[in-house]
Amino acid sequence: MKISALLLSLAAMLAAAGGSLAADSPKTGGLLKFAVSAEPPNYDCHANSSFAFIHPVRPHYSTLLKFDAAKYPAIKGDLADSWTVSKDGLTYTFKLRKGVKFHDGSAFTSADIKATYDRLRNPPAGVKSLREGTYVDISSIDTPDPLTVVFKLKKTNASMLANFASPWDCVYSAAKLKQDPRFPERNIMGTGPFTFVEHVAGSHWTGRKFDGYFEKGKPYLNGYMAIFISGAPMVNALAAGEVLAEFRGHSPADRDRLVKTLGDKAVVQDSPWVCSLVVTFNTKKKPFDDARVRRALSLSIDRWGGAQALAKVALVRHVGGVMRPGYDLAASEKELVQYPGFSKDINASRAQAKKLLQEAGVPNLSFSFTNRNVAMPYTPVGVFLIDQWRQIGVNAKHEQLETRLYLAAMQKDKPTYDAALDFNCDFMDEPNLALQKYISDDRSSINYSGHIDRALDELYDKQSGELDKKKRYALLREFEKRTLEQAYVVPTIWWHRTIVTHKQLKGWHITPSHYVGQDLADVWLDQ
Amino acid sequence: MLRYTFNRLLMMIPTLLGVAILVFFLLRLMPGDPVAMMLMGDGGANVPPHVLVEERARLGLDKPMYVQFLKWFGGVMQGDFGYSMWTGKSVIYEIGIRLELSMQVAVMATILAILLALPLGTLSAIYKDTWIDHSIRMFSIAGLAVPSFWLGMIIILLLLSNFAWIPPLTFTPFFEDPWLNLSQLIWPAIAVGYRYSSVATRMMRSSILEVMQEDYIRTARAKGVYERLVIARHAMRNAMLPVVTVIGLEFAFLIGGLVVTEQVFNLNGIGKLFVQAVARGDYTLIQGLVLLVAVFFVLINFFIDLLYGLLDPRIRYR
Repeated sequence: MKISALLLSLAAMLAAAGGSLAADSPKTGGLLKFAVSAEPPNYDCHANSSFAFIHPVRPHYSTLLKFDAAKYPAIKGDLADSWTVSKDGLTYTFKLRKGVKFHDGSAFTSADIKATYDRLRNPPAGVKSLREGTYVDISSIDTPDPLTVVFKLKKTNASMLANFASPWDCVYSAAKLKQDPRFPERNIMGTGPFTFVEHVAGSHWTGRKFDGYFEKGKPYLNGYMAIFISGAPMVNALAAGEVLAEFRGHSPADRDRLVKTLGDKAVVQDSPWVCSLVVTFNTKKKPFDDARVRRALSLSIDRWGGAQALAKVALVRHVGGVMRPGYDLAASEKELVQYPGFSKDINASRAQAKKLLQEAGVPNLSFSFTNRNVAMPYTPVGVFLIDQWRQIGVNAKHEQLETRLYLAAMQKDKPTYDAALDFNCDFMDEPNLALQKYISDDRSSINYSGHIDRALDELYDKQSGELDKKKRYALLREFEKRTLEQAYVVPTIWWHRTIVTHKQLKGWHITPSHYVGQDLADVWLDQ
Repeated sequence: MLRYTFNRLLMMIPTLLGVAILVFFLLRLMPGDPVAMMLMGDGGANVPPHVLVEERARLGLDKPMYVQFLKWFGGVMQGDFGYSMWTGKSVIYEIGIRLELSMQVAVMATILAILLALPLGTLSAIYKDTWIDHSIRMFSIAGLAVPSFWLGMIIILLLLSNFAWIPPLTFTPFFEDPWLNLSQLIWPAIAVGYRYSSVATRMMRSSILEVMQEDYIRTARAKGVYERLVIARHAMRNAMLPVVTVIGLEFAFLIGGLVVTEQVFNLNGIGKLFVQAVARGDYTLIQGLVLLVAVFFVLINFFIDLLYGLLDPRIRYR
């Protein structure tokens, strides 16, 4: 009796395990419909910078390397089969995959990589590349054979390998670029898992499975449709199952509504987000040219309390310095609380802030606080900051502008704002990208503060070329300390990414970046 | 009549020219850089300054304003409305792919409004101060009080909560799949048509009440004409004049004015395009859209004036 019971339970366990394995092994077929809350202006990866481009377009292309979404920030080969980096960090050699084809059937070779990266770092007349600066350290690109490409650098660059995994660096056909360097602006032709079907402006974008995709058996989906829809209609579409996902991120209220409506059909994935909101002071305007005033305003912000409270209503949650909290080059909490404005003793910080304002001669400071009229998370964070400043007797007027007017107020040549809620967000955790907001005005096009600080620039350059992680970490702390003391631009609260998908969507993994892991090669539908 | 028609057509030219000049220069007086919007994305990308300068030059935004105007207006005169600064596609294409949907919603809402307004307005007038009149007036006042987009949201939420279904998110032309087409557009047509019908119902009621006091109605009754005939042949026909004006102007408004309703139902129409173009600062597209709406208003006014002559024999244009 006991033996038969044992055998029965063993059989049941095996059946359950088998069932579970069957449920987890990818199924082929199906059309994935997902929402994208904005639309790309053109089709050229090298000239775009919005998630609205990445989500519909990335599945058509491959890149040299890519982030392993399940193990972010680990990097794996995409078109590269393997790679080596020379000891001096100046030579990167990539061995490319064999048998890769473009969607038009032509063969992919190292010449395509060279043509792509030449276009990125040195675009021909009439071609826009937003990533010239990223590859400024490359001195030459050689192609000794059709399956090998060698990048030589002028100087070491700690972020170079991660740069090669950029989702923006879609590999184009050298032959097409030779015919017309602007070919990618109006045409889609890559080596990615999906071929282009149609783009109906204002409505949707569709892709179909590329049968010649180099990873055998992939993609699993027959195709995908990205539907351009935003706000409440997008949440309704998710609730009704008209779309199975939206890959940028949901507010806590939308998440709760979806979870309530979908019940056990909903899958929620969470991650700290590589985006932060920062306060930028116009240092060309009085009294924000005075470091004491800027530091006082930073000191008065209760980041720890604010993060807890705001996380309930907005998509912000984490306290961090210049790098995303949780990233291995970010400051630990122990280090963070030593910086001005990050102490957990907010009363002491505010007393110090009042003293600084008194010393600077502006005890009753009043100014306009410029913000975007984007509800999530700009409005709640803006309201929170104004309340924080009121605690030290500062009166800030909340001026929420539509993005076009907001950018106009912050334009570099004639800024009209006093202080603004600015955003800092790039496609990966990498100091060379994240610190652009903090270095001198003449070295960065996203520094709206207008400050020049050569000490910060020097530290930036040092960390950029430092291949030893420990030494780089130490340099970053020096940079962070100085930037928070000078407070030209101060981080407030980092974002938190929440994605709700229908449970039949499988193989998609959340990462801290809404730009990576979107080629859909591994995604499948359990139907 | 022919001369009148010709004169009215001729008068459209200065109106449209005025609209073109106003929209062109007012847009450029507004602060904001469409190139920065386009290239900097949601993350405030680190765009090299020379790229911004080159792109502004490519779009002709570095030229003096009058040069930009002459170039654009010269194109318009030849039927070339320019290219969207955002997508690079022609303005005609951008508008064209959305016009069918907006026209269909406008036509469906208009049909609904006429079907409701004419009988309800007439009944309300005939049975003035009875429960029928009170009920119809309550129905029409509710239609005026409730914004179309709010009614749209309620419709969506009811469909979602009761049937776990919402209308299709992408447009299918009527002749490709009538069922799919109607299952998407009937709901916004109801949301918009209800308000539209309320305006027309109230106009019809007051117009009928006014007409019923006229001598020719009294004469018809004195001659022993059946009351139904008096209303249908004499009262309704004459009461139609102001109703036709209201219906015409509302129809023109619907072409570009369904801004929020199109957002609620995720319709890829002219209203949504308008919002996107303004948010992006896409000058050429906004100019094209404003001209389109102006042309619709002017043409509809023109046809309404022609219709007056057909409906009312006293109005004769020589």
